[in-house]
Amino acid sequence: MNILVCMKQTFDTEAKIALDASGKIDKTGVNLVINPYDEFAIEEGLRLKEKFGGEVVLLSLGGQSVETSLRTGLAMGADRAVLVNDPALADADECVAADVLAKAVADIPYDIILAGRIAVDDGSAQVSVRLAEALQIPSVSSILKLDVEGETATVTREIDGGTELIEVSLPAVFTAQKGLNEARYPSMAGIMKAKKKEIKPLTLADLGLDVPAAKATVAKYSLPSPRSGGKVIPGEPADAAKELARLLREEAKAL
Amino acid sequence: MAKGIWIIIEQSDLAIRKVSLELLSQGRKIADKLGEPLVAVIPGKGVADLAKAVAPYGADKVIVIDDDKLEKYTTGAYTSALNKVIKGGDPRAVLIGNTAIGKDLAPRLAQRLGVGMASDSTGVELGDDGAFTFKRPIYGGKAFADVVLSAAPILATIRPNTFPVAEPDASKQPEVVNESADIDAADLKAIVKDIAIAVSLRPELIEANIIISGGRGMKGPENYVILEECADVIGAAVGASRAAVDAGWRDVKFQVGQTGKTVSPTLYIACGISGAIQHLAGMGSSKVIVAINKDPDANIFTVADYGIVGDLFEIVPLLTEEFKKLVS
Repeated sequence: MNILVCMKQTFDTEAKIALDASGKIDKTGVNLVINPYDEFAIEEGLRLKEKFGGEVVLLSLGGQSVETSLRTGLAMGADRAVLVNDPALADADECVAADVLAKAVADIPYDIILAGRIAVDDGSAQVSVRLAEALQIPSVSSILKLDVEGETATVTREIDGGTELIEVSLPAVFTAQKGLNEARYPSMAGIMKAKKKEIKPLTLADLGLDVPAAKATVAKYSLPSPRSGGKVIPGEPADAAKELARLLREEAKAL
Repeated sequence: MAKGIWIIIEQSDLAIRKVSLELLSQGRKIADKLGEPLVAVIPGKGVADLAKAVAPYGADKVIVIDDDKLEKYTTGAYTSALNKVIKGGDPRAVLIGNTAIGKDLAPRLAQRLGVGMASDSTGVELGDDGAFTFKRPIYGGKAFADVVLSAAPILATIRPNTFPVAEPDASKQPEVVNESADIDAADLKAIVKDIAIAVSLRPELIEANIIISGGRGMKGPENYVILEECADVIGAAVGASRAAVDAGWRDVKFQVGQTGKTVSPTLYIACGISGAIQHLAGMGSSKVIVAINKDPDANIFTVADYGIVGDLFEIVPLLTEEFKKLVS
């Protein structure tokens, strides 16, 4: 069973966000990590490999810095990695990203494609679903459990207010929700082995693609207007609770 | 020439989701500004009667797509049906609620239609040139991006609780049109075998007007009952911080924050939550924030409109009693 895991390098969730002089998101000094949901996808890929054999290939799109995150994924146990790295993709939208990844996937054997359900940076949660469409295979989003038998997968998907059980034919794309598994940490031996594993760089020219035009463009970035601390209600607990209830109804009109 | 604002109506068990009404209400305003029709599209099985239910919310036309294969949501069947209806009707813009279904459907539909899309938007502006600008939170709410889409059909998902629901107008009588689903066999590779909805009378976290959340200060899973009692008095949902979820006290579906749900309720009550940056990102757009924490230096107080420094195990039950008096 061959597994392809799409992963993205993102800011650490502890990162504070600021804008740089050109009004874009300031990347200076930010700790870069594997998108947390993609870690679950890698882990699930490794577990499938342990059960069924085959190969786990990591695929990412981004700049040179992504190599460190791919190296972490390889240290977890993935076999090799492919990085689509082309300066022309700096402003790629989700449609472009999916089209480029679909092209890159053409040379990688897969039965299952895994990815995180959302990236914690742009939070658009589009690319993996679009990739499935570009490859004309089914996808199930936000999965909590994955069982594979032959050509069929049975997955539990999170829906609003509950879960559903879906049977789907392979190949297919699945996006991982927190709860699917606990991602492992790379072992020392894994880290040593990862140093020798291949990270294959690909450019648009390598993929035979022209520079694609984005259909969605970001006109402006902004920061939320800062909230300031309000009233701390003094007094004995019973009085404070009473006053809080009154303020919520009469002043804030929130009740 | 693409024309009209289309709203994809989501229903569960033939009850229309609130976010669909929010989108109809906002869609009416955009349609009026453009001088174009507002259209409600209802996919599902046995949904013909829902045309009457959406009528008071301003649609000029209702398209019903009633098909056995649309009884339970699957990505393929819904994409197939909606793609054809959208291609045939040529709308200027299509808006979908950012629910579990919307999040899954919209990107697939966008890719099939070959268009860009704005996810989880919290604002819509119509430009003079007919382009739409969607404001959307990024980095879990720590920043915003203004995404511009200009080629029709413009496609976006909108976060629940972003727009108010307009007063229903019973005199509205939209034209109702039935369209066939005509689903491609290739789009039927997934089958829903079972749906398990947790029995809860509490509102869904992302749609709730009020959320009361507990963090590390709750000390254990057994203590959430005091939040649940309070929640049930004021019709709130119960949330949790990442610390509480990682400790195994609450299910991940209740997690609020950058790696959980991002919420925008009218009132957010944080109990025993220190206010880590990734939690603040997920609830910072709440209209009113209340913090109850025994640590006066807790970060949560820097964003709270009202705070009580004290023991939540003492204060929350007292607050529940006060809320009972208010609602009675």
